[in-house]
Amino acid sequence: MSDLMTLPGNHRRLAVFGGVYSNHRALDAVLTDAADWGADRVLCLGDVGGFGPHPDHSADRLREDGIVVLQGNYDDSVGHGLEDCQCGYSDPRDEHFARISYAYTLENTGDENRRWMRSLPRHVRLRLGGLRVLCAHGSPRRVNEFLWESTTPEGFVERLLAEHEADLILVTHTGLHWSRMLAGDPGRGLVNVGAIGRPANDGDPAVWYARIEVPVDDGARVRPRVEFRRVEYDHEALAREMRDERLPREFVETIETGWWTSCLEVLPQKERARGRF
Amino acid sequence: MEDPNTTTSTSTSTDRRAVPVSSREARGPVLDFVGLDVLWLQVTGTVCNLACTHCFITCGPKNDSHPVMATDDVLSSLARAEREGVKELYFTGGEPFLHPDILLLIERALAVAPLSVLTNGVLIDPPMARRLHELSEASAYSLELRVSVDGTTPEENDPVRGRGTYHAIMRGARCLVDAGLLPVFTVTTVHAVYDRSDGREAFLDHLRHLGFTRPRVKFIPPFDIGRQARRSSRSGDRTTTSGVADEVREDSRYLRPDDLHEGEEWVLQCGSCRTVTARGVYPCPILIEEDGARMSDDLDETFVPIELNHSACTTCHLEGFSCRT
Repeated sequence: MSDLMTLPGNHRRLAVFGGVYSNHRALDAVLTDAADWGADRVLCLGDVGGFGPHPDHSADRLREDGIVVLQGNYDDSVGHGLEDCQCGYSDPRDEHFARISYAYTLENTGDENRRWMRSLPRHVRLRLGGLRVLCAHGSPRRVNEFLWESTTPEGFVERLLAEHEADLILVTHTGLHWSRMLAGDPGRGLVNVGAIGRPANDGDPAVWYARIEVPVDDGARVRPRVEFRRVEYDHEALAREMRDERLPREFVETIETGWWTSCLEVLPQKERARGRF
Repeated sequence: MEDPNTTTSTSTSTDRRAVPVSSREARGPVLDFVGLDVLWLQVTGTVCNLACTHCFITCGPKNDSHPVMATDDVLSSLARAEREGVKELYFTGGEPFLHPDILLLIERALAVAPLSVLTNGVLIDPPMARRLHELSEASAYSLELRVSVDGTTPEENDPVRGRGTYHAIMRGARCLVDAGLLPVFTVTTVHAVYDRSDGREAFLDHLRHLGFTRPRVKFIPPFDIGRQARRSSRSGDRTTTSGVADEVREDSRYLRPDDLHEGEEWVLQCGSCRTVTARGVYPCPILIEEDGARMSDDLDETFVPIELNHSACTTCHLEGFSCRT
């Protein structure tokens, strides 16, 4: 396994998502939507399993479609059979649910998919209309670093871009989508593509991914257009599968209502205040 | 293959000589400095309206060994941190709400980065809580209020924090919640029950019972320094290591040069933070009263590796502890 994968060529339309969390139904819907849009590259920034049912369904689909997938902390843990998901909760309730989710995912992920998870790169570099794009799971520095909208100031984004020689950094890990472009150089910035495995803690069962596009090169400084795309899918069918697998009713509630019921400890003030719990 | 991590400041900081964090002669492991992610500002120094028995510095109404920081000095530190690309800011003391310009400082900090304010909550009343909520709403970044309390009853809390403080703390926290904020209750685990999962769950249940429907809690291990060291040596409580004559036991309080795990500079906060007080710059907020911990007057000169040769470093290493919210 190499830590870094460099994709050849220059891209114009990227469809990027993260945090599949075994939600194979949302994955199917997002891949269809990205193909309809005409993405010239689809990227998954990691965390294929966790939370949802039948983790092999999602891993199989990603592999069959040849999607470039990064290794998230969950993939690292499942792939290597580690003790836990490396989420590091101290709240006993969050820790309780994290343990259930991880045990189920580990038990239900096939050996071939675990081997595949071990082989995934941690970073991907590519060109987007001449922009240097660096993809990572949590951050370019750490696989489990949380980059939330309200705790990732512009000066820090600028520092990450300089330290990692990039114009655009794409990450996930938090499960919430947002972007911050530099005020003085709006062609550069950081995009957290969010997660498609569970809704965005906003009371809406739909999920989100990022469409990032650059205009045809006209010689001017390229500015990427970042659009967060809302995708509906059959969340009720997923909820039925989760019940059949005896996953916690709190997880099912999140899928049905759009509100997070667990893993709340890590949310900063602003993001926590927007949720119901 | 190129590794993106090779472009971080880690690679340069290792070339520079490590600075010990105490005056103790024995060597400790060297921890890289990966960049200024976190700046702590001891805005009220050691000046506090309470004198908690477990304080890891000896804060209190009569201790100005680190005086209240001048407003201009805080603002210049914020500007310096912004130029460095800081990720998080922290105001602590002492009690930060004793600073005469605290609201101005919070407003200016929130223009730079997310801010956590560590408070005992006693000075927070409804108008103050409403103003804090306004400042929070006006910023793109989170304002975290960390309210310290040490138990679920006056009987648990007040012997540690002072008579009548349990109810005063809870009144302050209630004001914050009523104003629309979600404070983080910070519990130092001087009572061993809060070191256990069932004890922590009971603490959360207690907060829910009091009407804090979305409780947020951070548990912190006690550090055997400052007033806590005097307390533990007297009482022989759970954290006592003082007064142990045996040399082996004494040595075990300190880290050996090869004790750190790979990548621990990302776990221990002192790998990416510095603390500014009116008296200078220190590696972390826990060590500001310790001999030899002062690094410089100039923040720029402190972006170097440090040598973890203080017993408090052992606590953070063993507990995997970070002061972060």
